[in-house]
Amino acid sequence: MTRRRPERALVRPHVVTGGRAHPTRNIFDLVTLVSATRTRATGLSPEKRRVMELCQGGALSVAEVAAHLALPASVTKVLLSDLVDSGHIVTRASAADRDQTEDQLLREVLNGLRARL
Amino acid sequence: MGSVLASDQLYVRETVRQSVKILIVGHFAVGKTTLVGALSEIRPLRTEERMTQAGEAVDHLAGVPAKTTTTVAMDFGRLTLSDDLVLYLFGAPGQQRFTHLWNDLARGALGALVLADTRRLEESFGVMTLLEERGLPYAVAINQFDDAPVFPEEELREALDLLPTTPLVTCDARDPASSASALIALVEYLISKHQEPA
Repeated sequence: MTRRRPERALVRPHVVTGGRAHPTRNIFDLVTLVSATRTRATGLSPEKRRVMELCQGGALSVAEVAAHLALPASVTKVLLSDLVDSGHIVTRASAADRDQTEDQLLREVLNGLRARL
Repeated sequence: MGSVLASDQLYVRETVRQSVKILIVGHFAVGKTTLVGALSEIRPLRTEERMTQAGEAVDHLAGVPAKTTTTVAMDFGRLTLSDDLVLYLFGAPGQQRFTHLWNDLARGALGALVLADTRRLEESFGVMTLLEERGLPYAVAINQFDDAPVFPEEELREALDLLPTTPLVTCDARDPASSASALIALVEYLISKHQEPA
C-alpha cells in the first residue's frame, strides 16, 4: 500500500532556507491552502521556483507542497513564508479564520462524510 | 515537471475555501495508512520530518555528541467534502518522543481516530495519553483484522479504560464505507461535545 518515494532533496534543508529553521511568520498549518499569485519567478532560488511551478496549477495544502517536492514540512513552511512576504504566494483562509461557528463546520464535515456512504 | 502533475485531481478544487484535519493515530502496523488510502481521493502522500529527540533544543548545536535525529514519516490523504471544504487525514506515528511533531499535528485538528488491534490493545495506551495531554478529543475504532479475536464491547472498553462517552466502533480499514463510518462516529461525538461542554 505504502509507496516509498525514492527521490531525495539534493541539498541539505538549511541550505535551501538560507540557514533558517523557522518561517518569518507563523501562519502555516500543515493544511493551510496556498496558491501562486503571479507567474514570474525570476530572481528566486531554485527551490522557490519549484514551489512556484507547483503552486501555479492551483491550490494545495502546505503538506501536499512538501510531499510533492520531497521537502520536510518545516523547510516548506520557511520557503512559503518568504514567498508570501514577496507577494508570490497567497494563503486561503483556514477554517479558524472563517465567520462560521465550530458547530456549523463540524456539521459540514459530517454531511460530507455521510455523502460518502 | 513530474508525472504527478498530470493528474487532474492533483489540486484542490477551485471553489474550496477551507481545510480541516483529523488525525488517524495508533501503533505500528495497526492500519493507519490503509485507512487513509481507503478514503483519500488522491494517492496518499508522505511528508518526512527530521526530528531531534524530545528534550533537546533544536537549535542547540553545542551538545553534538548527545544529539540524535530521526526521520519521521507521515502519510496523509485528502477528501473533498463539499464545494467549500476539504478534509485532510494524517496518519500519525504513535511514538511519544516526537513531541514537536505531535504539537504541530494536533494544532487546529478537529479530533483523532485511534485505531486499535484486539491482539495488542495495550499498545494503544501511549497514543491515547498523547491525545489526552493535548486535549484533543478522540474516538476509538477497532480495526478488525481477519485473524484477531472478537471481544464484547464492554470488555474492550474496560481493557482500553475508555470514558463512557468515548465512542468505540469496529471498522475494516480497507473498506471506504466502513472507514467513513468510523470517522462519522468521531464527528458526531465532536458535535455532541460541542453542544454540551463538560
